[in-house]
Amino acid sequence: MNFANYDTEGFYDELIQPNGRPRKEALPLIQQINALPPKELRRRQKAAEHALYQQGITFSVYGDKKGTEKIFPFDIVPRIVPSKEWKTLEAGLKQRIEALNLFIDDIYNDQKILKDGVVPRDLVLSSECFLKECVGLSPPKGIWIHITGTDLVRDGDGEFYVLEDNLRCPSGISYVLQNRAIQKHTFPNAFQEMRVRPVSNYGDHLYETLRHAAPEGVEKPTVVVLTPGIYNSAYYEHSFLAQQMGVMLAQGSDLAVRDDKVYLRTTTGFQRVDVIYRRIDDAFLDPLVFRKDSLLGVPGIMDCFRKGNVTLANAPGTGIADDKAVYAYVPQIIRYYLGEDAITANVPTFICDDEKQRKHVLENLDSLVVKAVNLSGGYGMLIGPKSTAAERDIFAERIRKAPRDYIAQPTLSLSRTPTIIGDAIEGRHVDFRPYILYGREIYVLPGGLTRVALKRGSLVVNSSQGGGSKDTWVLGDDLRSMDEILDA
Amino acid sequence: MLSRAASSIHWMGRYLERAENVARFIAVNSHLILDLRLDRDSAQWEPLVQASGDDEDFAARYATQTEADVVRFLTFDPVNPNSILSCIKAARENARTLREIIPSEMWEAINELHHEIERHSRKRKIDNLQDVYIAVRNASNLLEGLTENVMSHGEGWHFLRMGRLLERADKTARILDVKYFHLLPRADYFQSPYDSVHWGAVLKSVSGFEMYRQRFHRANYKDVTTFLILDPEFPRSIRFCVNGASDALQRIVRMLGVDVAATAEMEKLRAGIDTAEIEPILQGGLHEFIDVLQFNLNIVGDSLFRSFFDLEDA
Repeated sequence: MNFANYDTEGFYDELIQPNGRPRKEALPLIQQINALPPKELRRRQKAAEHALYQQGITFSVYGDKKGTEKIFPFDIVPRIVPSKEWKTLEAGLKQRIEALNLFIDDIYNDQKILKDGVVPRDLVLSSECFLKECVGLSPPKGIWIHITGTDLVRDGDGEFYVLEDNLRCPSGISYVLQNRAIQKHTFPNAFQEMRVRPVSNYGDHLYETLRHAAPEGVEKPTVVVLTPGIYNSAYYEHSFLAQQMGVMLAQGSDLAVRDDKVYLRTTTGFQRVDVIYRRIDDAFLDPLVFRKDSLLGVPGIMDCFRKGNVTLANAPGTGIADDKAVYAYVPQIIRYYLGEDAITANVPTFICDDEKQRKHVLENLDSLVVKAVNLSGGYGMLIGPKSTAAERDIFAERIRKAPRDYIAQPTLSLSRTPTIIGDAIEGRHVDFRPYILYGREIYVLPGGLTRVALKRGSLVVNSSQGGGSKDTWVLGDDLRSMDEILDA
Repeated sequence: MLSRAASSIHWMGRYLERAENVARFIAVNSHLILDLRLDRDSAQWEPLVQASGDDEDFAARYATQTEADVVRFLTFDPVNPNSILSCIKAARENARTLREIIPSEMWEAINELHHEIERHSRKRKIDNLQDVYIAVRNASNLLEGLTENVMSHGEGWHFLRMGRLLERADKTARILDVKYFHLLPRADYFQSPYDSVHWGAVLKSVSGFEMYRQRFHRANYKDVTTFLILDPEFPRSIRFCVNGASDALQRIVRMLGVDVAATAEMEKLRAGIDTAEIEPILQGGLHEFIDVLQFNLNIVGDSLFRSFFDLEDA
């Protein structure tokens, strides 16, 4: 198995140029793969899958009584981000997070941006993600979005675009670290030669970010990770992050509220908690304030947060800035708060709530992608060019009924990257989710989750719908001259 | 540590030990049958179920008491909470909630064992089970080694150790009970050659034959029960286990600076075994002694739950 018959089929390819030759940054990797004996690549793929299975990074197959467990598909051919491209992305992400954080703080306090008419007031205040419980609040150090996982895609023009800002409880970082741990053994030579930047110290950065966010005056905060529990699909990640930071992993039932302070139930009695990295959605966080039927949350925790006795990361209410309708205004938001143009572009977005834009959307459903503003995971989505007339009718009806709930974007020609499919290497569409931490400063982990749509032609990368993942190699600066190798 | 985590790690230890001991039970019975040269049809398997305490469940769901039925019930029955399969599954579920506490190597060892037993359990035909039992014992030993060598000997470590030792004390007692059910000891049988074969099998099932030999040389009823109940040095004897569990609890209490009811209950149990002598035990009846011991172990378990694992809201 090698690249001899690989065809980019006219798509932008992450590793291969349109003329079929490797991109120079990817050359050492491709050369190494091409030099492998015939069945070796397949063997390494199997070995990587076996390692993931042994480590128990698995999920139970729904409805299977025998308790079969599977790993999330992982492809051993890494995706590569050259250092120059990474520098631009890094700057773009820092800029974006800084502006979005200022936006959230403004929305829950002075609402200057609404008064100045830069973002429509109704659009913001009508969002389900706007929490009136957060009005007038400012969390410690003014930081609302401590942890972000921004979804990027590369279009046919070779440019990266921000697809979604995930400002609530972005997941997937554990796969970044685990994929890397396994990948290092898969192509050790290429890995070393290409000076791939490390990601394994994410736990240190995360811990430092959370410590920095502690309530005023707390010198040695007790930090915990709050999980919905063992049956949550991301439980593995929650336990992994607690392990990486060496902090306790709590469930709602392990926490108790007394006198507006949060305590852990420990073997020595009740112990005060200062910072909670919560992996529970806003709606389930506090049954006294939000969903009454939530058994996952901690009754009274919102009052503790409002009184400044505990830090919640991310803060409740951040969803207001990753509402897909508000997303359309991020370039204006960046300009408003920072006085700069957005470094990393948005995908042009039509807001169905706006009458003129809605008309355009309804007339062009067959060429647009329609998304529900508050659903993620690839649900509530219409991909125009791949839809049937009946599906388009259903969406047209939904849009007319609840225009605030939908946006539309042009169909992007997502980039592809070489992926092992059976006994061949074929191009598959990918996206990219880097992780950003907002602590003493804004830090972007040099790596990220590359999700790949394993089905031929598919654009849906979500793991719930046939997606897999890859390691992402962000290359360092001090790369040995690639021209030198090319000449060799 | 979190009360829930302390409870989970204690139970992880208990389930692993339980799985290991079920494997040992079945081994002792196989040895006995082979040594007594019984044919397969007249071989008794039912005593194993009686000793496990799950005889009602077994009678309700199985038509016969053949080797195949008993072995399936004790090894792979997913409904029987004390089958090897169920115990390892429970140990793994507990381990899953402890991944931020136990070293990854421990989680991976439990995970691997779970997958191996699952694989075997899906086979239609039950044969070559020795491999399964050896795998269970090896994994259990590997985990003990990892616990000793790569996990910090702190609070969680002592809860784990205490769980292991309390379970082991209980199971060593039950292994003695298997023998009791198998062949009610009559006075004239005690010194017969057959009896020494029996006791040799019991010792082998707890990997204690060689250690026993060094102390008593020849196997007989009185010496084997002395060894398995009262030996202060053999790590599977009841006295050794209870002393170890008591020590673990004392360290936890000192470490945490707490004063709990479990201390008094544990001390009662320890003092009872510490002052016990073999003659009165045998005169009163071994089975009766084991009954009382198991009752007292349960009391200690309950008081641990109230003292550490179930924190009431103030």
